[in-house]
Amino acid sequence: MAEPITVPTPQQIIEPAVAGRTETMVLNMGPHHPSTHGVLRLVLELDGEVVVNVAPDVGYLHTGIEKTMESKTYQKAVVLTDRMDYLAPLSNNLCYALAVEKLLGVEIPERAQIARVLLTELQRISSHLVWLGTHALDLAAMSVFLYAFREREQILDIFELVSGARMMTSYFRIGGLAYDLPADFIPTVEQFLAIMPSRIDEYEDLLTANPLWLERTVGVGVIDAQSAIALGLTGANLRATGVAYDVRKAMPYSGYETYSFEIPIGKNGDIYDRYRVRIAEMRQSVKIVQQATERLRELGPGPVVTSDRKVAPPPKREITESMESLIHHFKLWTEGFKPPRGDAYVSIESPRGILGCYVVSDGSPKPWRVHFRAPSFINLQSLAHMAKGRMVADLVALIASLDPVLGEVDR
Amino acid sequence: MGIEEKAGNLGIVTTTLETVVNWGRTNAMWPLLFGLACCAIEMMGAQASNYDLSRFGMELNRASPRQADLMIVAGRVSRKMAPVVRRLYDQMPEPKWVIAMGDCAACGGIFNNYAIVQGVDEVVPVDVYVAGCPPRPEALIDGIMMLHQKVMREKLSGKKEAPIRLEQPLVQVK
Amino acid sequence: MDNQTVLAALRDNVGKEILAVNEFRGDLSVTLTPAGYLAAAQFLRDDPELAYTFLENLCGVDYLGRKPRFEVVAHLTSMRHRHRVCLKVGCDEPNPTVPSLTPLFPTANYQERETFDLLGIHFAGHPSLTRILLPDDWVGHPLRKDHPLGDEEVAFSFNQDRIYARKPFARE
Repeated sequence: MAEPITVPTPQQIIEPAVAGRTETMVLNMGPHHPSTHGVLRLVLELDGEVVVNVAPDVGYLHTGIEKTMESKTYQKAVVLTDRMDYLAPLSNNLCYALAVEKLLGVEIPERAQIARVLLTELQRISSHLVWLGTHALDLAAMSVFLYAFREREQILDIFELVSGARMMTSYFRIGGLAYDLPADFIPTVEQFLAIMPSRIDEYEDLLTANPLWLERTVGVGVIDAQSAIALGLTGANLRATGVAYDVRKAMPYSGYETYSFEIPIGKNGDIYDRYRVRIAEMRQSVKIVQQATERLRELGPGPVVTSDRKVAPPPKREITESMESLIHHFKLWTEGFKPPRGDAYVSIESPRGILGCYVVSDGSPKPWRVHFRAPSFINLQSLAHMAKGRMVADLVALIASLDPVLGEVDR
Repeated sequence: MGIEEKAGNLGIVTTTLETVVNWGRTNAMWPLLFGLACCAIEMMGAQASNYDLSRFGMELNRASPRQADLMIVAGRVSRKMAPVVRRLYDQMPEPKWVIAMGDCAACGGIFNNYAIVQGVDEVVPVDVYVAGCPPRPEALIDGIMMLHQKVMREKLSGKKEAPIRLEQPLVQVK
Repeated sequence: MDNQTVLAALRDNVGKEILAVNEFRGDLSVTLTPAGYLAAAQFLRDDPELAYTFLENLCGVDYLGRKPRFEVVAHLTSMRHRHRVCLKVGCDEPNPTVPSLTPLFPTANYQERETFDLLGIHFAGHPSLTRILLPDDWVGHPLRKDHPLGDEEVAFSFNQDRIYARKPFARE
């Protein structure tokens, strides 16, 4: 390695400037700035228009989610995970549910597994669409935003059909799904699948060979694979450097090993490669959703929550007939279930990278500690490494290409 | 039996100064480009093609508070962010209005803890509260319509009305 | 790569520093002394056969009432072997301190700052251990178990008059 990788703090940039020890200019960007994708504050050290150093200052959206979860029962805490990475609530649900299910050691019915894969892949597409729209908007390509949100609305309509909510679905619960998929779910998804590939072509027509787009993205914000791993960069940002690491393949969960899909990778690790990787990921997600839809159709109706009555409530019909079911129902909704003592860590591939969840149980109905490995938070560390020596305008493109969601950064 | 009938053929309309001023204000309201959390995504959704906020003259988001007259607080306000929100509000020129979009901005929502301000009305005076977590774009548009009606009722003396709270859940049209 | 191979390698190299070994639902976690924690992380990263080059997760847990009170948990991943191992190290009051992994893994920087900010655990050798999520002048460490949640009474129609009477509403 040529020089050691450092991650500066805002104070390290501000203090020498205030003391008058530097010739460079210190500029504050954010927390209210249109291109920071939320309330991110950046402290820039500039030499003219060239970025000498940059330090993100995060925490403007610190929500105390981890602390609040400790005061809720396991099942109730699902609602809080939605609001973390608000562009991919279902991925958060899934990660948390998987971690608690690992603690409990319960089996999930196949129909629920397929639905989970299907909906998280739709979520990945919708999240990438927001990334695409805002990324293009930052580089002054207004129309892509309008196209991308058109398709996103269709995906949100599917979520609404399934759960009644557009964004904060809380649909994946511990032990399975909140309730069964509606009858017209499969036709609606198929309708969407029929149009989506051509719509992705449409976005590519607008951007992939656009000289303005190439000018702003090719060769900008380059990071090599070794530094990317050292800095903990994950997701499409890592894969753009040529490392084919995807948790869905490496440590499969929810039955991803049974789906056929590819991991798109880049070569140069620049903004353009990240763009190409994400676009290719959307196509792969469409492929996975297609396979999952076929499986759902073949499988037919079935249970969507685990049969373990200590974890999931019995169906309503049973409660009126069986005393035992009534007791289970009562215990679950008043007290909640009690996982055994221990801790579990699960990681999944969220649209932004590796989303991890570490849950500690002390044997009570409330989690002792929940920690999320937030990919956006850790990806932000590499900003300084990539931005040094580039122009301020490149920094805007760079933030958009990292695709941070500040709700997840600050939790 | 007013002047309207006599002057009707001459293409003259008479009205009050208040109505004209308020009408002008409602139809060219520039919101501050300011998103905090989840609700900001729904705000973007409201501005995008499906809901098309520009039908109401609201599409021109200004990145600078100096050019904006409406602040939509879209999302939860943390204790670290609260002084920034207030500073942005103070920089906006009069007359200015605030919409608290979503439960977190209205009352803290599900985050009743050390980090979140329990309602942005502790930081800036709010005109309209929009319920929902996050509110659908229709709900935001409804809140904006309510604000427009409120602005139409404003007096030139500058006295403001009490805040409007959305008391009943919206009927969701599918 | 399986748990036993990693464990045997760890026992060969930092065997004296291992305090406890636990396997729960197929996940290996090794509790070490502070010196052993750093040595194990270095060994796992640098050994060409193991290649645990990716620090996936680092966080702290407050086990109030237990000795030692705090525990720092690090999950190391080998991208080549697609395997994960968990290292744990305890630290106690009044000055909970563990060695920093930042010199080995630059990605630990933010995660250790976050742990310091929310739990008050110090990391010896960290280049810039400052608050990251909370404001610099914040007092206390909210994720500690003796820190209150800080919730306020929720206003409903039956009690809102009383709450609004003392709520500090903002003025123009």
